[in-house]
Amino acid sequence: MSMDALTESFFGLFNYWIVIVLMMIGFYTVISHDNLVKKLIGLNLFQTSVFIFYISMGKIAGSTAPILTSGDAVYANPLPHVLILTAIVVGVSTMALGLALVVRIHEAYGSIEEDDVLAADYERRDEEDETERQRSARAQPPGDARDDTKPSEADNGGQTG
Amino acid sequence: MIDTLFSQMPALVVVLPLLAAPLCVLWHRSTPSWLTYLVVTWACLGLAVLLFVQVKVGGPISYAMGGWPPPFGIELRLDALNTLVLLLVTGIAAITSIYARASVAAEIPRERGYLFYAGLLLCLCGLIGITITGDAFNLFVFLEISSLSSYGLIAMGEKRRALLSAFQYLIMGTIGGTFLLIGIGFLYMMTGTLNMADIASRLPAVADTRTVEAGLAFIVVGLSLKLALFPLHVWLPNAYAYAPSSVSVFIAATATKVAVYALIRFLFTVFGAAYAFGTLPLGEVLILLSVAAMLSASLAAIFQTDVKRLLAWSSIAQIGYIVLGFALASASGLAASLVHIVNHGIIKGALFMTAGALFLRLRAISLNDIAGMGRQMPWTSAAFVVAGFSLIGVPATGGFISKWLLLEAVIEDGQYWLAAAILISSLLALIYIGRVLEALYFREAAAHQSPVAEAPWSMRAATWALVILNIALGLYATPLVDAAQRAARSLLGAGT
Repeated sequence: MSMDALTESFFGLFNYWIVIVLMMIGFYTVISHDNLVKKLIGLNLFQTSVFIFYISMGKIAGSTAPILTSGDAVYANPLPHVLILTAIVVGVSTMALGLALVVRIHEAYGSIEEDDVLAADYERRDEEDETERQRSARAQPPGDARDDTKPSEADNGGQTG
Repeated sequence: MIDTLFSQMPALVVVLPLLAAPLCVLWHRSTPSWLTYLVVTWACLGLAVLLFVQVKVGGPISYAMGGWPPPFGIELRLDALNTLVLLLVTGIAAITSIYARASVAAEIPRERGYLFYAGLLLCLCGLIGITITGDAFNLFVFLEISSLSSYGLIAMGEKRRALLSAFQYLIMGTIGGTFLLIGIGFLYMMTGTLNMADIASRLPAVADTRTVEAGLAFIVVGLSLKLALFPLHVWLPNAYAYAPSSVSVFIAATATKVAVYALIRFLFTVFGAAYAFGTLPLGEVLILLSVAAMLSASLAAIFQTDVKRLLAWSSIAQIGYIVLGFALASASGLAASLVHIVNHGIIKGALFMTAGALFLRLRAISLNDIAGMGRQMPWTSAAFVVAGFSLIGVPATGGFISKWLLLEAVIEDGQYWLAAAILISSLLALIYIGRVLEALYFREAAAHQSPVAEAPWSMRAATWALVILNIALGLYATPLVDAAQRAARSLLGAGT
């Protein structure tokens, strides 16, 4: 490969290469990490790479901002930049909602590791099955049986926050 | 005055729910928020009916948002296809508004009821926006509005597991949305426009490039995540199972259907059937995935013990039928797909409503909990029977019509193995619906359980409204089938 071709395909398109690298780092983080906050960071990186993709798209080499000036000027295409303002707003709202959910998950489970959270639910399910089985075995009148369900109301602890 | 109002209808139907959502937050109370939701959804349904008639009589409507003519401004475009979807979305929202009152009072803490209705309104606004917009980027924004509000709504579920389900949905949904954004970016790079009709007219000149192919791939994968096409469905069962009952009803009946609509819109209007299914082998891929969805999700539904989760798995299977229909890329297949979008929305709405009514009285919804309810809650159980039969495809119900059309389309295409797959999947549906019916009618209620009352009249009325509508569409399917065929013809006509 000649030097020119290398310059053309690599350095000439370096912002697109950065987009791909950032996107893959973000995507890999979302898939591989167990920690919910790290997942969100990966997701944010993934979205940011797309913002850069759009911004690169509108840029023309040697162009200026689209402000009317006297004489000839080459303007960058403002539309992708404006679009990405909207997409950034979407990204920020997603991030805020995601973090709010993580806070609630932490309140409800005391952990933000996905495995721990899932494990906690499986334990709880066994517990509930057990009380259910005992309840049917005793076949108590409804008034007494209801008492057994009281402890499981802790389940809803996160809801009041 | 009336004329100006009529000409502004396409904008009104999006703006009404959008403005009503902050109003609900300002009320700060559950009851006025519910009233707002009730009034707005029925007004939107009225507008949708008027728009449907207007399009049927006068042809497609193009509305320039803010007076900027397309392709420069954002265009709202109503045609035979999306007025049908618009009717479904607003109709389900209007009926949910009657249902939601009692259900929300029981499941959502009183002081947060107003936020719930604000969320539902935003979700409705997003779904209506996706349906009627003629602008590709605008579609992405509305998709994110509806998705973000549905993550919030699902997280309002009673069990703490709802939080994790909402989080997982948020991760998957955002990846799907971002993929769509990348795809739209590729299209913009090649065509320099965002208006769908404009993209469609400029695309043939550049269609043979890697960029457009990559754009198509990103858009299909992104939307498939949103519509929960196998194997991108993992977020759906938990999200539907742990959401509050009214949210399950609303989202199950509308959100995935609107995502299917968006995919149909991109494939047939923007890319054109000849390109998407002729040049590229997209049809084969979608057919294989939808058959896998029909069989595997129906099989998974059989082994569920939680009724809402069972219905959620069945939704994934039914999405398979819908995708199979339009993946055939024939007019009859596309029409079958559209009819099933409407029928399945109505059926699944009714089924989730009965599940919500059972949950309201029993506070639990596993097959053991609902045992013997056929005698204690006869109306609710009977609604489940009829809607369940419709899901299986028993004659004289809406489900029969859509399956019949789908079978016809498949046989017309000469693919008999697909017909066999549809029949096997229907038999599997018979088993999982049968399991619920067995629990409802042929098992004794648990001994320790105190007798429960029938669901409140408002919930019963809403459920039965959908059930009766479903039977009506089974007995007199001509208007719906006509509308779907008209839409299919216009899509294929525009695409080639």
